[in-house]
Amino acid sequence: MSTGNMNLTLKVWRQKDNKAKGSLVDYKLSEISPDMSFLEMFDVLNEQLITKGDEPVVFDHDCREGICGSCSMFINGRPHGPKDLVTTCQLHMRSFKDGDTIVVEPWRAAAFPVIKDLTVDRTAFDRIIAAGGFISVNTGNAQDANALPIPKIQADAAFEAAACIGCGACVATCKNASAMLFTSAKISQLALLPQGQPERYRRAQSMVAQMDAEGFGNCTNTGACEAECPKGISLENIARMNRDFYAAKFVSEEEV
Amino acid sequence: MADFNANIPEGELTVKWTKLRSSMPLVNPANKRSIEIVVVGSGLAGASAAATLAEMGYKVKCFCFQDSPRRAHSIAAQGGINAAKNYQNDGDSVYRLFYDTIKGGDYRAREANVHRLAEVSTSIIDQCVAQGVPLAREYGGLLDNRSFGGTQVQRTFYAAGQTGQQLLLGAYSALERQIGMGKVEMFTRHEMLDVVVIEGKARGIIARNLITGELERHFGHAVLLGSGGYGNVFYLSTNAMGSNVTAAWKAHKKGAFFGNPCFTQIHPTCIPVSGDHQSKLTLMSESLRNDGRIWVPKKKDDQRKASDIPEDERDYYLERRYPAFGNLVPRDVASRAAKERCDAGYGVGKSKLAVYLDFAANTERYGRIEATKHNIHNPDKATCVRLGLEVIKEKYGNLFDMYAQITGENPYELPMRIYPAVHYTMGGLWVDYNLMTTIPGLYALGEANFSDHGANRLGASALMQGLADGYFVIPYTIGAYLSKELATKPIPLDHPAFVEAEASVRGILERFVNIKGTKSVDFFHKKLGLIMWEKCGMARNAQGLTEAIAEIQQLRKDFWSDVRVPGVINEFNPELEKAGRVADFIELGELMCIDALNRNESCGGHFREEYQTEEGEALRDDENYAYVAAWEFKEGVKFELHKEELKFENIKIAQRSYK
Repeated sequence: MSTGNMNLTLKVWRQKDNKAKGSLVDYKLSEISPDMSFLEMFDVLNEQLITKGDEPVVFDHDCREGICGSCSMFINGRPHGPKDLVTTCQLHMRSFKDGDTIVVEPWRAAAFPVIKDLTVDRTAFDRIIAAGGFISVNTGNAQDANALPIPKIQADAAFEAAACIGCGACVATCKNASAMLFTSAKISQLALLPQGQPERYRRAQSMVAQMDAEGFGNCTNTGACEAECPKGISLENIARMNRDFYAAKFVSEEEV
Repeated sequence: MADFNANIPEGELTVKWTKLRSSMPLVNPANKRSIEIVVVGSGLAGASAAATLAEMGYKVKCFCFQDSPRRAHSIAAQGGINAAKNYQNDGDSVYRLFYDTIKGGDYRAREANVHRLAEVSTSIIDQCVAQGVPLAREYGGLLDNRSFGGTQVQRTFYAAGQTGQQLLLGAYSALERQIGMGKVEMFTRHEMLDVVVIEGKARGIIARNLITGELERHFGHAVLLGSGGYGNVFYLSTNAMGSNVTAAWKAHKKGAFFGNPCFTQIHPTCIPVSGDHQSKLTLMSESLRNDGRIWVPKKKDDQRKASDIPEDERDYYLERRYPAFGNLVPRDVASRAAKERCDAGYGVGKSKLAVYLDFAANTERYGRIEATKHNIHNPDKATCVRLGLEVIKEKYGNLFDMYAQITGENPYELPMRIYPAVHYTMGGLWVDYNLMTTIPGLYALGEANFSDHGANRLGASALMQGLADGYFVIPYTIGAYLSKELATKPIPLDHPAFVEAEASVRGILERFVNIKGTKSVDFFHKKLGLIMWEKCGMARNAQGLTEAIAEIQQLRKDFWSDVRVPGVINEFNPELEKAGRVADFIELGELMCIDALNRNESCGGHFREEYQTEEGEALRDDENYAYVAAWEFKEGVKFELHKEELKFENIKIAQRSYK
């Protein structure tokens, strides 16, 4: 079914469920095309496993165009593999060589427990957003969209922060399993916009509190998160979040 | 037969919605607290509806199969969202958006619905900006717009090539806010596998917890489906891998009519298929057609590099055939024109199933403008190209990167190769003006319904419709139904209807794992996709469709006797999920072919080769086919046709022309 000429050895993390002990299992693949995406290579593997009567490898994936944030493979020690600024689904086999051995593991973090094989539970991210990653405006409350001009530079900066896809590569790569890049991207997006000002400090406090409660680690300014982020989210966001978090202690009148 | 009345309000087109909204029965705040609503799907339609209904005070349960509501496939929409703001002062208005949408849909959509969509479009932009959605702006701080196909005004709002992502994250944040406040209970990694109907009304769902495999019963006074479209019936499409028809199909099998199933949108600008391993196709946003010119060589089988083919040996066929709209003709027209050139032997690339999308001319033009800005007089070509590339990069950088990543070619140096691919489905569950299906209490929103785009959707209108339905339509129209349900107490989950529905779902799941055949689910899915693409794709004819129906019926038999689903039902088992979805796609595929065969005319994306003008344009038959085909499911996978006549009282129905 595949048409290429690459032969590969895969070492894939297999773990039956959350309680089971997992291990790396070796698989041989041949005739892989360099035009395949990394996940299409996994499709080939799974097709072979199913035909043999084995259980296919479970992994998260959906849009396969780098925007939904579902895919989450830790490839040869790097989240989303060897290329910068791409997700696993957009990584193509031409980034590897014939004869390569590729190690594939799930995201590893206490706050992202493994569900099965390469699939982890990232609902902690949703709970961080639910804690304050929004502007409290009910449907129908809005004024005309152009009533509030926003300088282009500011709007663009907010957009850059908002480009986060919530994949969790930042957590997976961080030695402290910190979620600060993720959390700060949302805090920054809203702090940079005039609409976000009324809840700015309250937001920083409650989102950080939730982040801590989920068991994510602290930031020690290594910068691995920024280096591995497939969307190029900047470390500056963490600085901005920290400023707002500490400023909140002085300017906020409410205890959150 | 179920109630089949479009319930379009009386009165002038322009006041229908306002009048209805003002006279709609309301549910008082105290009563809202005791009314439960089930929302299936968390994309633009589902998330916006769930959040808004919770803000209003209803108790909401929201379900999605992904691990987070933020991953719904609305996230992948690239180009933009239309709204009749007329910020560009170029003559836009609610009427013009309404008119463009009806015409773009080739006169197969309901006037009243489309007018309402155009009316609420402006509020959507206001709401999203208030939520902090960072839409593109100009230096003056005001919102920017761009052009999309099928219109001659600039009414498309956007956020780089990630408009869907930004709008969805806006709706997601509104939803998460309600979750945090305890007003929405969210069920991620849950898939709806049946609608529970009690005394003719939708009263809840059966959902499968995808991690544990457990089946759950959930009650609701009303059930909303915002479960998206069914483009994955073709296997290869621009949809996400998980996008499926199951929720809508289960509703269909429980009595909801399915409207215009054969109306599929084939998007003209996608990255061509590269091999058998391909699992999905990637769209290159329609916004690229603002600055890209589409062409093929004038000579058949031209082996030269694109850049070596001189200007007068290129056929800019869209500009040639449609001088008024040029590269910005609607999607169905652009797709067909590409297919025509490739079928005639002028295609490019290895497969010869591709055309060029070329930015060179506009790169140079932008460069010239930039040079003037920088006081460089009489710039040479190289300077223009260098400066122009920076502008192109700023406008489309992420799309160009994506193209390079997938094809291994640099689109800044070579023109892109593109080919049409399945992208969107205009058909869907039939709904009345209130978005209610033929099952009372069951609603369908966004791409899951059939209502607003006729036979062809205009670019940047899907986001508009999803959010219109969720933020501004359903919150009002659902009151009309729920105000009569105040006396309905929550129905106990041991009610026989729940027990029976769960047992039937379990029966199907057990059947899948017990077949223990020899072929994977994907094997059947690919086979189905090929039949659909070849015989019910961009061009269809009676013979092909008749063959397709027989082939799909055979495929259904083979599937149910030879599919292999590994594992068990009480575990996290994605192959089992896929099996359920493909089983439903197979039944749907047959209905699509039946519908396409029934419609003896060409309109929008539905092109029947027997019905075309001398110039090869779609030839409608308004006398006999100006109706919505609403299909009823019958025992044994049979379908019965019902017709909803379409009345055009405000627009003069005419042959669509973009010349």
